[in-house]
Amino acid sequence: MKATPVKPKLPKKKRNPMLKIDNLHAEIGGTEILKGLSLEIAAGEIHAIMGPNGAGKSTLAYVLGGRDGYEVTQGSVTYDGEDLLDMDPHERAAAGLFLGFQYPVEIPGVSNVQFLRTALNAQRKARGEDELSGGEFLKLAREQASALKMNAEMLKRAVNVGFSGGEKKRNEMVQMGIIDPRLAILDETDSGLDIDALRTVGEGINTIMRKPDKAVLLITHYQRLLDVVKPDYVHVLADGRIVRTGGADLAHQLEEQGYEAIAEAA
Amino acid sequence: MTETLPLPTRRDEAWRYSDLDALAPVWPDIAGKREEIVIAAGDSTNRQLILEAGDPNVAVETLSIRIEKGGRFALHCLAIDADYGRIAVEVTLAEGAHFELGGAILGTGDQTLEIVTDVRHAEPGGTSNQIVRSVLGETATGSFLGKVAVARDAQKIDASQSVKAMLLDRTATANAKPELEIFADDVKCAHGATVGELDKAALFYLASRGLPPAEARKLMLQAFIADAFVSLEDEAAHDAIEAKALAVLEAIT
Repeated sequence: MKATPVKPKLPKKKRNPMLKIDNLHAEIGGTEILKGLSLEIAAGEIHAIMGPNGAGKSTLAYVLGGRDGYEVTQGSVTYDGEDLLDMDPHERAAAGLFLGFQYPVEIPGVSNVQFLRTALNAQRKARGEDELSGGEFLKLAREQASALKMNAEMLKRAVNVGFSGGEKKRNEMVQMGIIDPRLAILDETDSGLDIDALRTVGEGINTIMRKPDKAVLLITHYQRLLDVVKPDYVHVLADGRIVRTGGADLAHQLEEQGYEAIAEAA
Repeated sequence: MTETLPLPTRRDEAWRYSDLDALAPVWPDIAGKREEIVIAAGDSTNRQLILEAGDPNVAVETLSIRIEKGGRFALHCLAIDADYGRIAVEVTLAEGAHFELGGAILGTGDQTLEIVTDVRHAEPGGTSNQIVRSVLGETATGSFLGKVAVARDAQKIDASQSVKAMLLDRTATANAKPELEIFADDVKCAHGATVGELDKAALFYLASRGLPPAEARKLMLQAFIADAFVSLEDEAAHDAIEAKALAVLEAIT
């Protein structure tokens, strides 16, 4: 574990959120997608963001992950008080941020094991930790694959190549288990999963991330995943900003009434 | 005074993309020079060839190979290092013979590197498989010219070529030219060529897992060129040529 710097004692109110997004505006190719989004996530919390297609959910995930082509025109994002937007994607990863992809990328010729070991050791090196040996890594990878009910043989296969949609998502969670991040941004991790896989993945998220020093931002269309991973907060994203925030019951309300009604009422 | 062969011209297909200015000074020494290799019937031979340039920085290797009935010859080669480097291979296959080529062309700066093959299936039942992978940066030029000729009675030939190039910069050039000359009617000759850039989505995916950009590129390029060496079964030889290729990749990326 990374030694966290000693911080002055603060009042109980969460004045130092792990992730603080303030008035975020972002555009792709000149089109503004995020239009003043603000959100704070403290350690120990799970937040869900729901919203219709085109609301900006994936854009938010990519901006937080640092993907090229997403230009932040206004606002700020801090992670542990540091300027997140100033960090390169691999630096964000080393700092403990994990982005779960809606469409995990296939990388022919690179095995899962090779990829993850190289990635994990790059992160550990960046944090000044010892690199894991091949044996240590394999043990860790097998444990995580087993926890997510993924066949260990798939670890040897090329990254996501020939994986079904569900297998790709499961592989994302195995990666998350191996990397053990502090903050996970999970972009529609539930899409493409059957009911059993949804439960396995949801329980995986709980096991890996439901901890006092960790936080999760779940991006989803549906409330199904939220029955397994119970969020502390649910936000409704519409037209590039958060229009409503509530507790876990807001997800059910959305499922019944639809986004439009809620967005309009806001 | 001995008569040297005239300097090739670009009108000659096999020299179409060559750096003839670089070739000219060394031409009198190398014109007509070739290594003759004969694989006896039923024999199997592996050979690795790695270009090494001296001064001037030009390296040309020409192999002339005859594979007798049922023989097998595998050539794994690296076109690297030289300002102008050329590996030219002429192969004649007898009945049921097999020729395997695995090559990588790795260059940057203003290097001109090429692999030129002329595979002649003279008798029936032969097979050949050629795999070439190029990684090219800056204004380098990498070319693969692969000719497959199938004689009139050489039925049931199975010949394939796969050439893929990865351009690290938009200013680099990859040439891929298959040339099939088939006089038999019951043969299979496949060829495929692609030229592309590193997949940006994949690079971001790797970065998002903590890989610094240089390491992400290295991992992808390593996987990309690995295809050229999978057919080299001798593990020590395989690891040696791959290690050399990786060292060159490291230097040019």
